[in-house]
Amino acid sequence: MTTKTHVQTTINGEPVDFLCEPRQSLLECLRDVVGLTGTKEGCNDGNCGACTVKLDGRIVTSCLVLGVEAQGADIETIEGVAEGTNLHPLQLAFLENAALQCGICTPGFIVSAKSLLDQNPNPTEHEIRFWLANNLCRCTGYDKIVRAVQDAAKKMQEAS
Amino acid sequence: MTSSDSTDYKVLGTRPIRHDGADKVTGRAIYGPDFDTAGLLHGKILRSPHAHARIISIDTSEAEALDGVMAVVTGADWPNNSNGTSMVEDGTGTEIESNSNWLRENLLAGDKVLYAGHAIAGVAAASPHVAEEALALIEVKYEVLEPVLTIQEAMAKNAPILHEGLTTQELGEDSGVVSNTADHFQHTKGNIEKGFEAADVVVEREYNTVMVHQGYIEPHNGTALWNTDGRLHVWCSTQGSFVVRDSLSDLLDIPVSQIRVTPTEIGGGFGGKIPIYVEPVAALLSKKTGSPVKIVMSRKEVFEGSGPTAGSNIKIKLGAKSDGTITAAHAWMAMEAGGYPGSPVGAAAQCVFAAYDIENALVDGYDVVVNKPKTAPYRAPGAPNAAFGMEQAMNELAEMLQMDPIDLRLKNVATEGTRRVDGPTFRRIGAKEVLETMRDHPHYQAAKTEGHGRGIAIGFWFNIGFDSACNIAVNSDGSINLTEGSTDIGGSRTSIAMHAAEVLGIPVEDVRPSVVDTDTIGFTAVTGGSRTTFATGWAAYEAAQDVKKQSIERAASIWDVDSDTLNMEDGVIKSKTDSELKMTFKELASQMSDTGGGITGRASVNPKGVGGSFAGNMVDVSVDDETGKVTIERFTCVQDVGKAIHPSYVEGQMQGGSAQGIGWALNEEYFMNDQGNMANSSLLDYRMPTSLDLPMIDTAIVEVANPGHPFGVRGVGEANIVPPTPAIANAVSDATGNIMTQLPLTPGAVLDSGK
Repeated sequence: MTTKTHVQTTINGEPVDFLCEPRQSLLECLRDVVGLTGTKEGCNDGNCGACTVKLDGRIVTSCLVLGVEAQGADIETIEGVAEGTNLHPLQLAFLENAALQCGICTPGFIVSAKSLLDQNPNPTEHEIRFWLANNLCRCTGYDKIVRAVQDAAKKMQEAS
Repeated sequence: MTSSDSTDYKVLGTRPIRHDGADKVTGRAIYGPDFDTAGLLHGKILRSPHAHARIISIDTSEAEALDGVMAVVTGADWPNNSNGTSMVEDGTGTEIESNSNWLRENLLAGDKVLYAGHAIAGVAAASPHVAEEALALIEVKYEVLEPVLTIQEAMAKNAPILHEGLTTQELGEDSGVVSNTADHFQHTKGNIEKGFEAADVVVEREYNTVMVHQGYIEPHNGTALWNTDGRLHVWCSTQGSFVVRDSLSDLLDIPVSQIRVTPTEIGGGFGGKIPIYVEPVAALLSKKTGSPVKIVMSRKEVFEGSGPTAGSNIKIKLGAKSDGTITAAHAWMAMEAGGYPGSPVGAAAQCVFAAYDIENALVDGYDVVVNKPKTAPYRAPGAPNAAFGMEQAMNELAEMLQMDPIDLRLKNVATEGTRRVDGPTFRRIGAKEVLETMRDHPHYQAAKTEGHGRGIAIGFWFNIGFDSACNIAVNSDGSINLTEGSTDIGGSRTSIAMHAAEVLGIPVEDVRPSVVDTDTIGFTAVTGGSRTTFATGWAAYEAAQDVKKQSIERAASIWDVDSDTLNMEDGVIKSKTDSELKMTFKELASQMSDTGGGITGRASVNPKGVGGSFAGNMVDVSVDDETGKVTIERFTCVQDVGKAIHPSYVEGQMQGGSAQGIGWALNEEYFMNDQGNMANSSLLDYRMPTSLDLPMIDTAIVEVANPGHPFGVRGVGEANIVPPTPAIANAVSDATGNIMTQLPLTPGAVLDSGK
């Protein structure tokens, strides 16, 4: 058995330590070691975006980051998007606009879209499509996802 | 929106938030790969690097000796049960014979491997990484054989033979001829020779398409625990938990009563998660180890080791009078089954001419084995391949006749009473209404942008009935718990719950729907065949009627009146004669315990009143002159859905089917090298549409009620993938002036089409 490394991180605002093998990806560590299975694996080679998380302020596909590389990092996953029992406006907008069918890509889309709206509160349709182009959805044809992001952006602007 | 049904519903046709929504936007929903249990082992599967080879020997000793490896299984571990056949449903409501040996050998090979990616051995280990290391230690000796990679190669004289025991079924009779053609069948209507003689114009062309994948984002997965009491429990992402149970029973030679299948949330399927792959291997490993074993495919395994849909070689010949009346039609269609017989050519042959009333027609279908993955259902299996040919031929005919392509279709459109070439006569259908909606749509009415091409096409797919069960328990607060067995792959919990809410006159939020395991609900067929909202919704309708009847009887006993004097409307039970006598369903529910105990409703249905669906597309494209790249500029999907129970999810099906069709038309293909290895088995190289590749997809819902369903529902999920490939090909032809005879319409193919 390979020797494990002690990794100290902050996940969704809380300090989280875990032990991982050098060959384990951050995605594996989140899912299999820490137990945060909201982050999904669709391809394990960075092409589908289902495993998107925020790492030190940037969105990454967590399957392409090694667990040991997360030492000292601040990580935000889908489990940290809602505030307590209050859904984030994006989460609500995905539900109200029927922007998910099977839902496997949804966590990645919401983490990606939240990062977009954090930087650009009023994106155009093209900017939304460009930003989300690394997240594959096979069910919806993206129409309702784009509308959900537009809807959330509008509501967040109205609220601010 | 066109509506031929003005019934005033309270719940149907509204857009409530799905019941499983909060779990799915917060990451709490448990999908198959998320499942965990104490003592879990991880399995991996060794796959063949060769497309066609005989297995000489398999040595697993080194793998078994590796630290952390708990067990290794191969095809030798299958129980020696019958070599019989079983009947399986082919996605269209037709039961076809399936050879159990083929299924078994597809999941763990026997003495031959028939495609690169064919499973050979399974390993269970303490971690997936150790299991993967162990795979590299399994030594397989092969005698490599010449691969057969195309229909043309497979059907050629002296072609290498995949199955020495496979003889062609020629028009229903065993020909005795050993061949790669498993089956040749025909459908005939009228006399095509006479029909072609009567024609003023004839169109004839050959079309080729290649293998494509469903592309669900969640890989196949399954966890099996073969318990010490002999019972096998499997947790997996499947479109049909009872299919998994029955297939496992067949493969592992244990009774269905010894198997419990718990369907987890499922990350897409589109037909591809109807068959089983990793579950029986996990079960064999669990039996050997006594521990639960989880297997999750990699993306490469999903491409190479699951079930894509067929490539095809199709020839269409149409004859018509100068007024546009089609006098004769012939389709010759051969489709790839993959390594074992069973391509979607049967359904393709039923669908190819289904949109039209043609007096004289002949369809020849050929099911052909090739050294590629065994095909599985993919959304309207076979119908998009057929439509790619037929709907382009229709446009070519329209051009020859100088007719509008929609007018030509309307001239020949199938309606109630039209006999399909394969036999059945249509009941009320909405093909005409779909075409009229297209013709009158702002998209078709708008002038084309200079330089753009415009294409249209229509397509048909079935709706199947089959078994569905539903139980309803009334809670003391007037809400109901609804349990059913249909995997919810796109919001069907809610559309099913809406049926019960409508019957009982309660808000859909007061229905708590659960998808439960095979120990907990009556037999329910697959989430497939565009049947879930139709058939399981029907079961919910009947179970709610049962609750309604019992509620009325209970109120009658409380009031000491005859139940015939009461009715229940909008959630209120009241007397037809005494206006004083009324109480809400909620009030009754609060008294259940004191008036005779709880109320539970139940239903098992096998509805026959299926309603097939027609869909049509209008698409505008631009084509880059220099590179040949096609861009979708505008896309409109029209579909007759009978009754849109939850319009948002109906639109979602239409948009999703369109997007898959756009990918199929423009980018997607199994790119095989000459040895039969897939060269693009990643989601980077197998290029599915991204958000940046697509425009908004406009939808127009047509509602021609299905007379066979209490609410008029038709199957919705599949017909929408049928028209995109020919509609886009027609648009590219319109832009370039060249006929598109093969898929995908990559930039290179579009440029070459002019040569």
